[in-house]
Order: sequence, then C-alpha cells, then structure tokens
Amino acid sequence: MSTDTTQSEDILAIAAEWRAAGEQVAIATVVETWGSSPRPAGSRLAVTASGRLMGSVSGGCIEGAVADAAWQAMASGTPQVLDFGVSDERAWEVGLSCGGKVKVFVEPLT
Amino acid sequence: MKGETLARLQAERAAQRAVVLLTRLSDGAQHLWPQDAVPDALADAARDALGREKGAMVTLDGEAWFIHPHNPPLRIIVVGAVHIAQAMAPMAAPLGFEMIVVDPRGAFATAERLPGLTLNTDWPDDAMAALKPDARSAVVTLTHDPKLDDPALDAALRSEAFYIGALGSRRTHAKRVARLRDLGHGDDAIARIHAPVGLDIEAVTAPEIALSVMAEIVAARRGAALGAPRPAAPSQQRVSIGITA
Repeated sequence: MSTDTTQSEDILAIAAEWRAAGEQVAIATVVETWGSSPRPAGSRLAVTASGRLMGSVSGGCIEGAVADAAWQAMASGTPQVLDFGVSDERAWEVGLSCGGKVKVFVEPLT
Repeated sequence: MKGETLARLQAERAAQRAVVLLTRLSDGAQHLWPQDAVPDALADAARDALGREKGAMVTLDGEAWFIHPHNPPLRIIVVGAVHIAQAMAPMAAPLGFEMIVVDPRGAFATAERLPGLTLNTDWPDDAMAALKPDARSAVVTLTHDPKLDDPALDAALRSEAFYIGALGSRRTHAKRVARLRDLGHGDDAIARIHAPVGLDIEAVTAPEIALSVMAEIVAARRGAALGAPRPAAPSQQRVSIGITA
C-alpha cells in the first residue's frame, strides 16, 4: 500500500473502512503550520460519530477540540477551518503549548 | 470529502501513481491532479508540491486551496533474503517504505521468512532491470556473495538511487571496489556506496544492524549529514559492523 509523505499510517484507508462498516466519518487535515507545530501540513486525523480516533494533527494537544469540530461537521454536513495558535485563547484552552500555530480543515466523509 | 473522491484517490495510490488532492477550504470542493482538469495555477502548485513532497496552501481568485501531494512510497530494494533483511522488514512500512527483497536462492526468499514483502527470485541483474531503481529508491546488498551483490551494485550505481549500501567489512569492500572499477565505475560513483552499511552504532545483532541501516536510509532521505556518503577512510582500526554480520 502506498504511503503519505507525512505519515505512514494510511488514515484514508482507515476512514474508508469505517465508512464501509456503516460509521459516520469526518477527516481533519493540517493545512498550514507556523513555528514549532508538531505535525506537518498533510497530517490527518479520522474521527467517527461513535468516538473512534485514528491519526493525529498535533502531538495530542488539539485532537480533542478537532474531534468536537468533526462531530459538528458530521452533524451539519459542512466543512470547517479551525485555527489554533498561541495568540488564540482557544489554543490555550486546549493546550497547544508548543508555541506553534496550525490551521486544520475538517470535512465530513459523505 | 465525497466517498467517490476518496475511492479514486485510494485507487491511484494503490496503483502507485503520484496524485495530488486539491481542496477549496471555503466549501470543501475537491479535485485530483493530474486526473482532473484544473486551472493552470493549481496544476503548477500540484506539480511543485509533489516535487517538494510537502502540502501547501495557494490562493486562486481569492479562494484558499490546500494542495496535498501523495507520492508513491519510497522503495528499499534489498538483495539477500537474509537475517538482517528479516529484521528490516517490520521497520520498513511504518517508516514509509515499500521493501522488496531480491534473492534467487529459493530457500531464502520465502513468504514464511519474509511475510508481507514483495519477493523477487530472479538473478539480481534481471531483478534490477525489472525494478528500475529511481531517485526514490534505496538499494542495499546483504548477501556477502559477489555473484549476487555485484550485479545489483552495478545496476544501482547506474541508477539515481538516493541510497546505496553494501554489507561487508572494509577489507571486503576494498575488494568489491576493485571489481566495480573493473566494471567501469569511477571513484565518484563508487563513493556513493555506504560501506560498511549502516550508521556506526557498534551494531552486533541482526536487529541492531537492521536499525543502523534503516536509520542511515532515513538520514539520506531527509538530507541529514549522517546520511551523506562517507569518504573512504584509510583507517584499518575500526571494526565495522559488517564483520560481525
């Protein structure tokens, strides 16, 4: 199986498997980073409505907040762009303490 | 993402074709390049992202697009279905490599010894002609047998392989260098061969040697100084990892 340039787990394959098994699935992708963010652009996290998570978009700092947004995206059917960074109060809430900033795109798998 | 887009993207990746996913962030509209017709600016960005192996944001007509390249996996072509190859095998996929093992000796290249890998039981010159190592390939010879290692190294040196490594002591390598010179390879070409293979971590066991080789391949792939070809050292003092293999 081919691999991504940024992560070795095939998150898309996992998302497809979950979808085939009848799960509602959303995919979050890091689309831009600044400073010392832990995961490069292209890193993916797959989330199901039932609460399964695979992959990562940070070192674990923002996955919870991204999962919340993923559930909203699944409910609404609309993609979202999320910004996390030190200048963002939400980043402090969710603990992006590395000093970096990341932009994450969250889309439902329809 | 539409299920249909995901299926097409995965089919391209499974066929080991380079593909770029283009996503308009405002509404999630997506295209695949080069499969779909897209504006020139996006096609240029896609080509560039594949070359740099990095995702990138571009703005077209005031709209932000994420350009997400998916290159085929890097390959490690290992000649010799030996113990070290067995130890390398489980490390390859998690590190992002497809590992292919070449060994015409039927007792060695078996699915039982190397489950889940692509095995090629042709002679190395035929195997290398078929596998066509490119700039996204590493070639590692592990057999200790010049009949098997030399043709593979000969082919690797004529390719753009980003890493070439050969198991064997410095003394073994000196003899190998002489043989490769006889095949017409110059010193600059021969200097591309990492020998003794692997980073110098005083590796003793097969898994330790496998780790040192995989680490050196990663270093070469990422452009680290540790992964650069090493000039031939005149010193005879250092015991190489190849001797203990």
